[in-house]
Amino acid sequence: MYGNDFAPPEDGPGGGLLGEVEAAEAALREAAARARRGGPAGDEDLEAYFAGVVDADQKIEPRDWMPEAYRKTLIRQIAQHAHSEIIGMQPEGNWISRAPSLKRKAILLAKVQDEAGHGLYLYAAAETLGVSRDELVELLLNGRQKYSSIFNYPTLTWADVGAIGWLVDGAAIVNQVPLCRCSYGPYARAMIRVCKEESFHQRQGYEILHTLAHGTPGQKAMAQDAVDRWWYPSLAMFGPPDGDSTHSAQSMAWKIKRFSNDELRQRFVDMCVQQAEILGLTLPDPDLRWNEQRQSYDYTQPDYDELLRVIKGNGPCNRQRMEHRRRAHDEGAWVREAAAAYAAKQNSRERVAA
Amino acid sequence: MSERSARTDQLGGKDHSPLWEVFVRARRGLSHSHVGSLHAPDAELALRNARDLYTRRQEGVSIWVVPASAITASSPDEKDAFFDPAADKVYRHPTFYPVPDGVAHL
Repeated sequence: MYGNDFAPPEDGPGGGLLGEVEAAEAALREAAARARRGGPAGDEDLEAYFAGVVDADQKIEPRDWMPEAYRKTLIRQIAQHAHSEIIGMQPEGNWISRAPSLKRKAILLAKVQDEAGHGLYLYAAAETLGVSRDELVELLLNGRQKYSSIFNYPTLTWADVGAIGWLVDGAAIVNQVPLCRCSYGPYARAMIRVCKEESFHQRQGYEILHTLAHGTPGQKAMAQDAVDRWWYPSLAMFGPPDGDSTHSAQSMAWKIKRFSNDELRQRFVDMCVQQAEILGLTLPDPDLRWNEQRQSYDYTQPDYDELLRVIKGNGPCNRQRMEHRRRAHDEGAWVREAAAAYAAKQNSRERVAA
Repeated sequence: MSERSARTDQLGGKDHSPLWEVFVRARRGLSHSHVGSLHAPDAELALRNARDLYTRRQEGVSIWVVPASAITASSPDEKDAFFDPAADKVYRHPTFYPVPDGVAHL
């Protein structure tokens, strides 16, 4: 599909998750319009000034003063988010050469290209906090920073590409939409951009599953098998339960995080049940049922011991993913050097000519 | 009056692949807006990467890339002192001047 061949998005403001993203974007502009004038007054305490900006739902910008712990926690979170986008290209990239039609293949390529872009937006946002991308990549390659546990699961069939779009990107959006209102401006702006593109990923995944689920019995079985395998790892993406989450309380106070892990997980389950019904697929949880009192679904928690094992490096694909990334980095070294040498040569030529 | 931003000095220098700031003009007639930054060894690659990264969905018709080290920014601490004079010179605004009754097209 080229140029203007597609219809404008149907969701106006207020329509589902995309509506929430648009509302966050409007709030961002509004906050900028009523920003406090000037920096802290001469005698004003920097910490009080910082707290005032956060309380007023305004954005902290790169050159504002911020507590060292706020800077550190943001660097960790944004960098690990960026790493996840980059490592996340692997499980889906696994199916590019085997996509079942040219259309599916072109879409998958566009999606993986988006993931690379998301990684770059996020590295750029992290760099505004005073670290370089090279340092962060180094931390990933040394295993000192993590990426999302979900990308340590293998993609065994074409239907997994659909399940990743629907469940994994769906969980990512539920997690990221509130981050569009995060107190740190560059992160909030990156999340707005990411969420809009992520919505395309979620819908294309859903469409893959919908097509399979309404195809031959074999295709339907393949779709069901993929949902069976990706459901619990997707639930685990929201992190440990609230009681065990180390960074949560402080991140909520600083308005980096807006909802707890368990709140977001519940929101995701409630969305998925109805979407699964339309697919005609079942979620692999015998205890999933509507709770009239809570106006939400009761569900079985994912296996948090497994989550911990995967985070610690012992999931099904951890070694393979890191090995692949390291190899690409090492084997690409000569190309980076060639580009730098060429740039240096062009620079000196220009200087001579000038 | 101003200072080189810390990140510019840190990240722009001897790096293999320095930081570039990207500005995109959305349509004819609008101005270029800052959309983000990226790393690239030289201006041409910065431009190509910016095309792929920031204009995948018809976001723009023109791109500028600028080495981050070439940008000098005002400092947030001096916002008031630096930007205030405009506010107290009210005569710079056309609304300062009363228009006598009956004058048309002024």
